[in-house]
Amino acid sequence: MAHEHKLEIFKGLVKFKSNTSKIWGVLIFLTIVTLVEVILGIYKPDALMHNVMSPFEGGFFATVGNILLSPIIYMKPLNVIFIVLTLVKAYYITWDFMHMRDEKGSLRRMVVWTAVFLVCYLLFILLQEGGYVFSVYNGENALIKRDF
Amino acid sequence: MDSTVVRTGTEGKTWGGGNQPIGASYGKMMMWFFIVSDALTFSGFLAAYGFSRFKFVSEWPIADEVFTHVPFLHGQELPMIYVAFMTFILIMSSVTMVLAVDAGHHMNKAKVTLYLFLTIIGGAIFVGSQAWEWATFIQGDYGAVQTKGGNILQFGEYVTVDGEQKFKRISIDEFAVLHPSHREQHQRHNGLWFVGEDALPPYTVNEIYDGLAANENILVRNQTLNEDGEKTILTRAESLQQMKDNARLVVKGANLQVNEYGATLFADFFFFITGFHGFHVFSGVVINIIIFFNVILGTYERRGSYEMVEKVGLYWHFVDLVWVFVFTFFYLV
Repeated sequence: MAHEHKLEIFKGLVKFKSNTSKIWGVLIFLTIVTLVEVILGIYKPDALMHNVMSPFEGGFFATVGNILLSPIIYMKPLNVIFIVLTLVKAYYITWDFMHMRDEKGSLRRMVVWTAVFLVCYLLFILLQEGGYVFSVYNGENALIKRDF
Repeated sequence: MDSTVVRTGTEGKTWGGGNQPIGASYGKMMMWFFIVSDALTFSGFLAAYGFSRFKFVSEWPIADEVFTHVPFLHGQELPMIYVAFMTFILIMSSVTMVLAVDAGHHMNKAKVTLYLFLTIIGGAIFVGSQAWEWATFIQGDYGAVQTKGGNILQFGEYVTVDGEQKFKRISIDEFAVLHPSHREQHQRHNGLWFVGEDALPPYTVNEIYDGLAANENILVRNQTLNEDGEKTILTRAESLQQMKDNARLVVKGANLQVNEYGATLFADFFFFITGFHGFHVFSGVVINIIIFFNVILGTYERRGSYEMVEKVGLYWHFVDLVWVFVFTFFYLV
């Protein structure tokens, strides 16, 4: 069971001869991704430091639009890149180092869907609430005063 | 695997036990379930960090200004380099672990031993690096002053580097004017026997204020971020005013009560999340050592399967996985 490995990564674009060479291949890939993150983190290119869009103003549909497009409305492109690269790294660690690629679909879904759903839910409510508390602290009728 | 499972004599019967509908042994599946629950714990912490950061989004400390040190390169500002090194060490030890698992599938005892040993070394280097990172953070570097409202005032001056005006931080040690006074730390043995106080700050607020007043070039920087994501630098007059009106406590370094880099919550979450992760790495190393000795003693050779290495390997990769996220949300974003 555990001795058979799927040796293709990137949807079959790269196929390794043995499990060992796949491990080294994935290491090289993860190292490159980390290097890209570190280089971007040190130099912080100006082009990636400003939000692409400003929030929609208006009624219900503007709010829906703001939520759907929140990664490009409320986040700097650089941070979006960092988070995407992190998820890419997490995928390859789980799929190739933890051998999720070789497990049955049922186990894979049990682990991944549960975690992904609950994490998304938790993130949504906590970050939404954090933004609200910020607006209470810093809005026009802010109740909080800092240096008194 | 078969050899680790006690046969019940009911094989082939649906409810007789011994079935593996998910294609994984009991131990491996439980390790996966533990990992899911632990992943939720960590995401709870990171989401709480996100909550607090969103709450103070206009004044959160800038990680690049906090973690700038690299061992043996004293006094140089090199953000990211050391954490990148730590990340690489952990990924590398993940690789040696997966190689050990692979060698286990081939029942190659010598190779499992070697790769497990390298994994343990990698884990130890990582925990050591984290201890150093903590020590540097607790020690602090420039010092700051805390205001009555709990905000942090930092000091620096404008310098011209390559024709560009830059704000360069100045340590409070460099400009504080020492007054000949003495204040003993109140401990249980020299005052009231039932109360004491924490270590005293290195300077009094007056000493810092007089130093600021005496040096025309020094300006105060508060923790409010401007549009470019940089902290706001006050004018000379505002600097003196702010220090005179609001300064309350001189702060050097960071702990759970004060943080010279900005919001105290930042230090709290740093200690809590990296501490919890470091504890995972530490326990991972301990478990790896136990398995390492079992491998040397030939336990798994006799058992006919190295699945235990695989299970511990899952845990070890999970620790690496968590670090990938901690790295992003503490140091990059």
